[in-house]
Amino acid sequence: MEDIKVLGFWSSPYVHRVIWALKLKGISYEYIEVERHGKSQLLRQSNPVYNKVPVLIHGGKSIAESMVILQYIEDTWPHNPLLPNDPYDRALARFWIKFGEDSIASITDLFMRPSKDEKERAIEIEKAQETLQVMEEKGIGEKKFFGGNNIGMVDLAYGLLCHWLEGLEEITGLKLIDPSRFPRLHAWTQNFKQVPVIKENLPDYEKLVVHLQWRRQQYM
Amino acid sequence: MEDKPSEVVLFGSWYSPYTSRVALALKLKGIPFKYVEENLSNKSELLLKYNPTHKKVPVLLHNGMPICESLIILEYIDEVWNHAPKLLPEDPYQRARVRFWANYTDQKIMPASYPILLLKGEEKQKAIEDMEEMQRVLEEGIKQDFPEQFSFFNGNTMGLLDIVMGVNSYNYKAFHEVTNSEIIGPKNPKIFMWVNAMKEHPLMKDTLPPHDKVVAMLKSMIAPTPDV
Repeated sequence: MEDIKVLGFWSSPYVHRVIWALKLKGISYEYIEVERHGKSQLLRQSNPVYNKVPVLIHGGKSIAESMVILQYIEDTWPHNPLLPNDPYDRALARFWIKFGEDSIASITDLFMRPSKDEKERAIEIEKAQETLQVMEEKGIGEKKFFGGNNIGMVDLAYGLLCHWLEGLEEITGLKLIDPSRFPRLHAWTQNFKQVPVIKENLPDYEKLVVHLQWRRQQYM
Repeated sequence: MEDKPSEVVLFGSWYSPYTSRVALALKLKGIPFKYVEENLSNKSELLLKYNPTHKKVPVLLHNGMPICESLIILEYIDEVWNHAPKLLPEDPYQRARVRFWANYTDQKIMPASYPILLLKGEEKQKAIEDMEEMQRVLEEGIKQDFPEQFSFFNGNTMGLLDIVMGVNSYNYKAFHEVTNSEIIGPKNPKIFMWVNAMKEHPLMKDTLPPHDKVVAMLKSMIAPTPDV
């Protein structure tokens, strides 16, 4: 058996991207829960640049940054592909992955570091909604998943929008992915969580909500 | 005269390093293309049509279909015109290293130049120190990940990471002159040697703007100093 390790935190959506990708390809790995607050020597050694999870260690070689890891998994184990075959469709998929990556901070900050000024808050929310509108109309469009009929790498990249965002919405009372305003995106969050590999590999919701509460307090 | 759909068109801006990346890649691969210079303060209808989400350059048009985001365009070029020279290595782990450092350049180093240009006094000094730390991390990373390569990461020809870092550093002298700093120098010997080697590559000279033009452009970005 190949020597594959995943370093992670149980609560991290970025770690879950890697877990989902490996599970979707039927690849066995050893999961190592890493201690927080910079105490893990293994983490520091395998990701000296960022000292963050997830890290994939394959045959002693470390790969950091979740989307770089996902591309590595796709390159190394091409069966059950997570990206389309056609180069143009692949470029489109990468575009939506990048769009998601670039937008995530402004969406999570809305919950984790909300502006105390009312006017600024309104602008923040509007910006986030504009971003979601683009995802709704152009990212998902008429498709069931970002990847089409089946989930792909783009869906994994957007995984944070379900479950984690639901937790943040519950804590704050701010319903961002409102089904009447973003019907397709909302439907996607429900469909994505029903995919067996995803459903079986999500952190416990109640535990996650408590954790997100705690992290939110740290920032405020 | 109408463009044939199989034609390759690059929409860009002469001072955009992201545009230069794509132009270099096309030239490296020997792909003929038409170049359209965009006035970024008055964007063309075509640009807005082909990149409605971000309204930015570069955009590559191929078979009438647009591709946006420079790193994505580079991977697309490598996949469609998959003859030599290859922009990405074959080995998945090497590919991961190239992507990791390209992302590091885009997410950390590129944005870090703006504070150096725009801030003053202590804030500027802090920005310079931050950038120097990033260059140090990059130097260590390159040494560790590409220990055998001498001039260029892919051996003797330029690859994706050479393009990304080379374009970014090509006019380092202009940046130093305008900001009164020394970001790239003998204290980063591997990067310094490699940047200077790439400056001599004929395609770099052919594609990148000259020193004086860049100095003028950078100066125009700096806020005027208040009268003392």
